Amino acid sequence: MIDVADDTAVEPATTGGPVGRAKRRLTDLAIDVVLTVFGLLMVLPLIMLVANAFKAPQELLAWPPTLIPTKPTTENITAVLGDTPLLTWIFNSFTFATLSAIAISATSAIAGYLLAKFPSRTMNVLFAIVLATAIVPFEVYMIPLYFQAQQLGLLNSLPGILLGYLVMSFGIFLVRQNVIHTIPDELLEAARIDGAGELWIFWHVVLPLLRSALGALFVLAFFQAWTAFAWPLIVLSTAQNYTIEVGLALFQTGFTVDLGRLSAASAIVLVPSVTLFVLLRRNFVEGVASTGLKE
Amino acid sequence: MLKRKLWLFSLVAILPVMAIFAYVRVYPIYEVLRLSLHKWDILSRNKPFIGLANFAELLRDSLFRTALINTSIIAFGVLFITVPLALVIAALIHHRTRSRFASFYETSVFIPHVVSLVPAAMAWKWIFDAQLGPLNALLGVFGVAPKAWLFDPVLSIVSVIILCSWQALGFAVLIYLVGFKNLPRSLFEASKLDGASGIQQFWYVAVPLLKPITLYVSVATLVSAFNVYAQVYVLASDAQGAPGRQVRVLVLDMLENTFRNYRVGYAASEAVVLLVIVLILTAIQFSLLREKGTR
Repeated sequence: MIDVADDTAVEPATTGGPVGRAKRRLTDLAIDVVLTVFGLLMVLPLIMLVANAFKAPQELLAWPPTLIPTKPTTENITAVLGDTPLLTWIFNSFTFATLSAIAISATSAIAGYLLAKFPSRTMNVLFAIVLATAIVPFEVYMIPLYFQAQQLGLLNSLPGILLGYLVMSFGIFLVRQNVIHTIPDELLEAARIDGAGELWIFWHVVLPLLRSALGALFVLAFFQAWTAFAWPLIVLSTAQNYTIEVGLALFQTGFTVDLGRLSAASAIVLVPSVTLFVLLRRNFVEGVASTGLKE
Repeated sequence: MLKRKLWLFSLVAILPVMAIFAYVRVYPIYEVLRLSLHKWDILSRNKPFIGLANFAELLRDSLFRTALINTSIIAFGVLFITVPLALVIAALIHHRTRSRFASFYETSVFIPHVVSLVPAAMAWKWIFDAQLGPLNALLGVFGVAPKAWLFDPVLSIVSVIILCSWQALGFAVLIYLVGFKNLPRSLFEASKLDGASGIQQFWYVAVPLLKPITLYVSVATLVSAFNVYAQVYVLASDAQGAPGRQVRVLVLDMLENTFRNYRVGYAASEAVVLLVIVLILTAIQFSLLREKGTR
């Protein structure tokens, strides 16, 4: 009995009397159990990874694997922090993701607003180009972009990886839709009649109204850069410049690496990304949800 | 007069953004199309035009064919696991929106989608590990003989599908949740008066109404799965001198042709094939949407 779109909690007693109510409660309980088990299964791989980070080598070999370390040790963590520039990688990723999110928010805000509120034939053409390129996955044009970075002398540098993450077609689209829905033309006209300049209007009228859309976009862009893999992998070439994803992926291929250290390194990386996600969850969900609303 | 001033302002203001956009999006896309018709081996200075010769060679290239087949199997495998599962999970979560644990359900399903890809893939690499992995331990309980998940040609693809589905599920669930929230309540009340059970409502009311969402989620899942790379990279790389079997996928083949064989033009033609696949999928989505007359 899966009652989908109707919320039973609103009017529980309308159907069936006490027997029906008991049955409903039982169904809800069953669904709760299913969802809880499923949710735990989804995060179980990550929990076990963190558990492994605190296990001594003997325990890692134990069969079957334990969920909670019997003799927790921080040896793996100190070892991995000593062996690799892990904290540098995290810092690099953080800088890269933040700068990318700023660039994407700024370019999307400007272009989205102009495309929405200054209709002309040129703008229509530009918007068509933005929409058309939105379909093309990054992997398709990654290789020519690599040679552009090479020409600019930006290989193996932060500006080099940023080059691929300065704009987001979807971001421009998102802001444009938001401007159309939330900012009436009359508001802009009124400001103009009051003698406000265009830059003043953008900064003091438009941006404040776009705050929540831009917040969602910022978080979306941040996580996009934070989890970028193929592009930083081909652009970066020395350990000091690696982002965390690239650093870890290459680190795990080393011969001296054992499971404990690998798990420790992974766990150290997971903690900030999960924390960030839990903190910014609302924004993020909003951002992703709006990707599905291409009307 | 004022109109003209505004038009001029909008053009001047959008110019910097569009210049960046053209340089990092439009130009590389154009380049990839151009290069695919040329022979360019990095080392040689000249890039002769060779028409469709690269594509003709792709048809005979057994490595490329393997990559195309593997990638397609992975993409459709992820699709067939993710979309139905996401629909059911989203229905259950939506039904329990008022539950105290609702945000736990949502977050736990979504976390795999946002955590850094490489650490998450490493957790799964351990799970699939033939000797140490909990998956074989679990199967052992049911009397199933241990399997070499990451080495067997078929099982290694299954492993990639499982990992990618685990990551893709959260996105699909989230989009479906938005869809469920936007369904008209009146229809459900009407069907309830007609005596429809919860499962009947789900199957005969919600699922047909959610068709546009299903179409969008399916295409988005397929497109991102066709670009699979990091997961394969991590699962195959060797930790402790035990290399997994490299599952050849399109992006991997493309990067190998560029950076190992120095055949950029040839790699570009592979990128174009990837682009064509994505365009076909998108075209199918739009034509089906139009056919239905929804949205």
